[in-house]
Amino acid sequence: MGFEVLLKGKNPVRLLAGLGVALRISLISVVISILLGLIIGTLMTMKNPLIHAVSRIYLEIVRIMPQMVLLFIVFFGFTKMTGHNLSAEVSSVIVFSFWGTAEMADLVRGCLTSIPAIQYESSKALGLSRVQTYRYVIIPQIIRRLLPLSINLITRMIKTTSLIMMIGIVEVLKVGQQIIEANRKTSPHAAFGVFAAIFILYFLACWPISCLSKYLEKRWEN
Amino acid sequence: MEEKEILKVDHLTKKYEDLTVLEDISFSLKKGEVVVVVGPSGCGKSTLLRCINGLEEIQDGKVSIEGKTGMVFQSYDLFPHLSVLQNLMLAPLKVQKRKKEEVQKEAEQLLERVGLLAKAKQYPRQLSGGQKQRVAIVRALIMHPEVLLFDEVTAALDPEMVREVLDVIMDLAKQDKTMLIVTHEMAFARAVADRVIFLDGGSVIEDTDPENFFGSPRTERAKRFLRTFEFESVNAS
Repeated sequence: MGFEVLLKGKNPVRLLAGLGVALRISLISVVISILLGLIIGTLMTMKNPLIHAVSRIYLEIVRIMPQMVLLFIVFFGFTKMTGHNLSAEVSSVIVFSFWGTAEMADLVRGCLTSIPAIQYESSKALGLSRVQTYRYVIIPQIIRRLLPLSINLITRMIKTTSLIMMIGIVEVLKVGQQIIEANRKTSPHAAFGVFAAIFILYFLACWPISCLSKYLEKRWEN
Repeated sequence: MEEKEILKVDHLTKKYEDLTVLEDISFSLKKGEVVVVVGPSGCGKSTLLRCINGLEEIQDGKVSIEGKTGMVFQSYDLFPHLSVLQNLMLAPLKVQKRKKEEVQKEAEQLLERVGLLAKAKQYPRQLSGGQKQRVAIVRALIMHPEVLLFDEVTAALDPEMVREVLDVIMDLAKQDKTMLIVTHEMAFARAVADRVIFLDGGSVIEDTDPENFFGSPRTERAKRFLRTFEFESVNAS
């Protein structure tokens, strides 16, 4: 079945290290996306027509453009245009943050506008100051809506990192291919075993995160 | 007993740009008085309450209140991420800086009085519409306001839940709370009111006691307004 190659030599360590690369790039990108997304999403709720137009164009570009094309533009295009060499890892963090920020900003905007005006008014009627209203009433509700959705974004990032081998990063999928190539003669059926193992690795990385998201969503539904 | 004026509205005018919503409204509430505001939809009843507690700016006139107001809205005003008890305790603790033990004790006593002590640990989503509104009333009460404002608190409720909420307000009237109530429930208005203010087109058309208003309204507009309810009840039967 091809499972035997998995334990050969340093293969298990190499696969895990490949997963590590994928997780590292996704986590860095997620952190950047969440921070920028909070700022841009908040700006998007303002009624400034310029901000509105720019953010719309941004969201549409991200929505229409395949991530792979973005990766190629940044990794190959940027180097050609400026003469500076961007490493593959930096390029992928830029692309994933560009994409993640758009997703996050849209989530933040949605959460902010979904808080009914009466929540602000009844806080004011009770005598809460503006700061108290945000601190005790509005922000806790936004966090409860936002956290499960942003956790979901992490799993989507991890899954999408499978693309970064296209610009030469040796992540888990690339390691898998290398193992299959190297053992072509001795284990011609290695592909099944290796890809099954990679499937399980992705699953183990994403499943707990997805469970956490579902748990929080259920706990905080209102 | 000395009858002190708790709330005085003096020539209040409210405009949205060119549209005048309330024009030259004047009336006052004495301590312990229950005044019901009725009128066709869009007559400015809710806006009047919102002007009184400062949610809306006014363009002319004056509102003077001895102390503070408490307000109960039509719906959705409980904080969904807080339990019933936390909803009640937030403002007393953070705004009035009262002691936690004392506030909790009062919250539980008030909940008991409206029959909801068992729900103290539950969240708004676990309550029925009528229960939510009773909690909202308690949340206003616990701040010890001098005047309670009710903005159509039963309008969004299923008919079978209207009664339990109105009973709580009736009970408050018996305790001599000063209240200004906007409602569409005419039988309730008649039962609870010391005085009825009939608002139409942004102006006070009648300001009289309930027997006079419901028994023999003076103005044609009030008669027409009251007839719409008769028609509804004829239709329903």
